[in-house]
Amino acid sequence: MINQLKAVFNRDIKLAFRQRAELLQPMMFFMLVISLFPLGVGPGPETLQKIGPGVIWVAAILSSLLGMERLFRDDFQDGSLEQLMLCGAPMPMVALVKVTVHWIASIFPLIVLSPLLALFLNLTVEMYWALLQTLLIGTPLLSLVGAIAVGLTVSLQKGGVLLALLLLPVFVPLLIFATAAVDAAALQLPYSAHLGLIGAMLLLACALAPAAIAYALRVSQN
Amino acid sequence: MLRANNLTCIKQDRTLFENISLSVSESELLYIRGQNGSGKTSLLRILVGLADPIQGQIEYQGQNIRQYPEAFHSGLFYFGHKLGLNLKLNALENLSFWCQLNEISVSQSQLFELLGDLGLVGLEDLPVSALSAGQQRRVALARLWLKTNAKIWVLDEPFTALDVQGIELLREKLISHLDAGGSIIITSHQELDLEYSTKELILAYQI
Repeated sequence: MINQLKAVFNRDIKLAFRQRAELLQPMMFFMLVISLFPLGVGPGPETLQKIGPGVIWVAAILSSLLGMERLFRDDFQDGSLEQLMLCGAPMPMVALVKVTVHWIASIFPLIVLSPLLALFLNLTVEMYWALLQTLLIGTPLLSLVGAIAVGLTVSLQKGGVLLALLLLPVFVPLLIFATAAVDAAALQLPYSAHLGLIGAMLLLACALAPAAIAYALRVSQN
Repeated sequence: MLRANNLTCIKQDRTLFENISLSVSESELLYIRGQNGSGKTSLLRILVGLADPIQGQIEYQGQNIRQYPEAFHSGLFYFGHKLGLNLKLNALENLSFWCQLNEISVSQSQLFELLGDLGLVGLEDLPVSALSAGQQRRVALARLWLKTNAKIWVLDEPFTALDVQGIELLREKLISHLDAGGSIIITSHQELDLEYSTKELILAYQI
């Protein structure tokens, strides 16, 4: 089983880096949205500092949605998913591996970019530190929950719009806790409770999402 | 070897088939025929466990395939409408990934040799999207030569887009599999003259 999962991991990483344009798309989008904000709302440092965390989080959610659909689409269309289901490897684990690769390839680069963008938006060091922590534990949650909806909509022709409609309401609590943590950090208040809540949601998703994704993919095959 | 009882499939409020029972045993070929839209592909997808029937069960060597999927998956080879090849990877990468998935140990030189035997010399390093439809199907069918422990083959229109030599190669492979005691479930619009005991199942188009 470990070898099968390793094979899936290596193949997906190879595919992700072979499609550079698709790899860059969420990063470009993330950069563009955030660099347009100072132009749109004016370059006042206080204003930027106030909206900064929210802007970065909203941009991260939207750019993760942008690439989310690709998670299972190609495998569904070319039949690789059928072969994956018939190879005997446990589907929840396979799904977890695929989500991990997707996170590494399309969301982790956003986190790497975030210090630069924090500078654009005049975030203080404490605020940036809190933001980084919320991004590190919050974005895997986006990927895991998003993958369930991708699994459900993969057999539809135009699943993208439906995907966004399904997922945005689910992401709202995460957005609220994450930005609240950064606001608390700006006021030099403790924010470990917010991080704890996001962490709890992530652990719950880790436990339940793989099985839900596997089931959603099975339903899509019918 | 594989036995299905009382399968019913309904799609978009249309009954494709009702209460079909079938079985294949060793060295036997089941040939499923029917018009377009009569439910051949749906039946095959149900038989391999990709789709669920409205009612009925499938047993592989006396065990329900839902309850004992491991034994079934290791003995099954499924070739569907979709080839299961990633278009951005080349033939070698696709096949060695598939072998790793099915826990088949095979060396790169064996894969080169096999692709050579199938008339794909020099095309090993091209992305699959650059190959013609027939060549892509040859790459996908190469798996028949790789999964040697598969006892039951479920093939959905395997002859489509193959040239005369390709069809001949595949026919020989089918016969040698039957000789070795394997079973085959196949759909095809071409006549199969395999000189072998074949069962036929004809699906009628129902409105």
